[in-house]
Amino acid sequence: MRFIDEFRNGKTASAYIERIHAVSTRPWTIMEICGGQTHTIVKSGIDDLLPSSLTLVHGPGCPVCVTPLEIIDKAVAIASQADVLFTSFGDMLRVPGSEKDLLTIKAQGGDVRIVYSPLDAVKLAQQNPDKKIVFFAVGFETTAPANAMSVWQAAQLGLKNYSILCSHVLVPPAMEAILSSPANRVQGFLAAGHVCTVMGYEEYIPLAAKYRVPIVITGFEPVDILQGILMTLQQLEEGRSVVENQYSRSVRREGNRPAQELIHKIFQITDRAWRGIGLIPKSGYCLRNEYAAFDAENIFDVATIQTKESPLCIAGQVMQGLKKPHDCTAFGMQCTPEHPLGAPMVSSEGACAAYFHYGKMDH
Amino acid sequence: MNENPMNLNDGFTCPLPLMEYKNVLLAHGGGGKLSHQMIQKIFIPQFKNDLLDPLHDGAMFTLGGARCAFSTDSYVINPIFFPGGDIGTLAVNGTVNDLAMCGARPLFLSSAFIIEEGLPMEDLWRVVVSMKQAAEAAGVQLVTGDTKVVDRGKGDKLFINTSGIGIIADGVQINPKQAKPGDKIILSGSIAEHGIAIMSVREGLEFETQIKSDCAPLNGLVETMLTTSKEIHVLRDPTRGGVASVLNEIAESAQVGISISEEQIPVSEEVRGACEILGFDPLYVANEGKLIAFVSPNAANIILNSMRTHPLGKNAVLIGEVVANHPGTVIMKTRIGGSRVVDMLSGEQLPRIC
Repeated sequence: MRFIDEFRNGKTASAYIERIHAVSTRPWTIMEICGGQTHTIVKSGIDDLLPSSLTLVHGPGCPVCVTPLEIIDKAVAIASQADVLFTSFGDMLRVPGSEKDLLTIKAQGGDVRIVYSPLDAVKLAQQNPDKKIVFFAVGFETTAPANAMSVWQAAQLGLKNYSILCSHVLVPPAMEAILSSPANRVQGFLAAGHVCTVMGYEEYIPLAAKYRVPIVITGFEPVDILQGILMTLQQLEEGRSVVENQYSRSVRREGNRPAQELIHKIFQITDRAWRGIGLIPKSGYCLRNEYAAFDAENIFDVATIQTKESPLCIAGQVMQGLKKPHDCTAFGMQCTPEHPLGAPMVSSEGACAAYFHYGKMDH
Repeated sequence: MNENPMNLNDGFTCPLPLMEYKNVLLAHGGGGKLSHQMIQKIFIPQFKNDLLDPLHDGAMFTLGGARCAFSTDSYVINPIFFPGGDIGTLAVNGTVNDLAMCGARPLFLSSAFIIEEGLPMEDLWRVVVSMKQAAEAAGVQLVTGDTKVVDRGKGDKLFINTSGIGIIADGVQINPKQAKPGDKIILSGSIAEHGIAIMSVREGLEFETQIKSDCAPLNGLVETMLTTSKEIHVLRDPTRGGVASVLNEIAESAQVGISISEEQIPVSEEVRGACEILGFDPLYVANEGKLIAFVSPNAANIILNSMRTHPLGKNAVLIGEVVANHPGTVIMKTRIGGSRVVDMLSGEQLPRIC
């Protein structure tokens, strides 16, 4: 498969690993932003092949992990209602709320369905006029265009039974929150290639300059990651801190303008709470007032939800790069993919799930 | 005084074992960790006996001097017609394969039909014709059966159960516990075709080329292998839960380590593309016409070559070996030279967000 095979090639990977060893002279800590990158690293065993002086820490870029507990509880409350057909991307179904997850609601008779695109949820709204169709609109800038498109289409079609439960989050404010924290130890970033495919990378340039950190926009295949690491290391070793684009086969400096226009037509920037991290100013999208009729939080009475987070879970520290999953006392014991205490143990992009599935148990 | 006196009116019954979930979830039927837990906690304590204990695809016993294998399986697939087969072909081949994985020659099958009111008679006819053809192809006879019709909405079109009996030849000793360090592991062909074929019709995904289920009877291939050598220790067909789940079950059952190489595992271009889009790992996707064999190292080559002479084994490959260290764990050498644990699937594979 073109664009996949050459980026999984063992020989190419070995060549990059050799160069990484050759340029690396000091200890460095690099954070990969996206959970998809974390999984590639652990799944292909990249971390075992790197110099021991290089530490990779795993970033907050897992949409499932950072969606606040309150929103999960709201989703569970909405999906439990008899006249609701609740639609979601598959990953969100197993994320534990305070008491239940969406799969449990499904097992108890709730109409919860997995869709591949929010536009499928709009189709369901057309086909089921007597039901309220709610789509769980979570994710980073990557999923925002399609979610915005669903609201735009529903408005064009005059649908009164479609709404979204929105919890969109944005990458650059989260990076700034990590960099400005006194406990920060991240010296360079592999930025999330797919987010930048939509948004471009202009907004990262002031971040790299202000905090003097190299930021390399990086793809998701093993060779992408290795090349991204090499580019970041070269900058660190040479004392440079600029934005570079490893993922040039997908990312342009200005990003995808029509997608951005659609996002800004439907959404506006808002403060957003991140699960495990806390409130980050101007770090998310909510619906613009013109589209308030499509906001599930306005339609359903879910304002007074009480949440209860597990006291054992250290997901927040893991997602800020302060701790590794196996530093958690509950990891693999009270917290497993079958019985997760926190979202990173659930999602296909969660750092804890990656460590658990691919056997990073006993470092 | 005991605050919770036993209610003697209920008689002495075993208490419900402590489960993580109060209700059965779909994942309890997924062939992964939750299925495993449900079987271990709910079924085994009640049904425990020597023939059941190996938890093989079928039970093996001696009856009137003949060594027999006996197996059963239910088929609840949606949609009932899919590229490469239908629920009928699956019901016949599935049980034929379960018997073949015991090293048995399948002979007789029963089939029971649970039919939802309203099913088009033509659909039922098509399924039954498929079953006849599948039975002929596999060389088995359908010798007894049953039909039940349930109210509309109380079933999903058609459920089929088949059970089967087969005879095991002298000298054949196949059992998951027989896996030994040094054994070579052979996979009969490219994986994940059945699961992806079903997903693509179920979810209305349209790929450029249609992916067909690999549904096929494996008894002919097994017979070819056993004619070549009896040095086959374990046979398994990686159905739900895929190759990863089967290897984990064998590693746990025989308390051996398993080492496989990612590069050796064949996955067709179309299936890989679909897995990329859906975010699935083909190692966990179901097959219905593939087998995994654990064989003595000295017989590995002749068995492999014999498999390649059979149409269902022409792409057979060595994917790894059994090792003495890390018992109970499957470790895979990745394409770029790293290594990782291949865990048993927990829950269903869910399509990802982005």
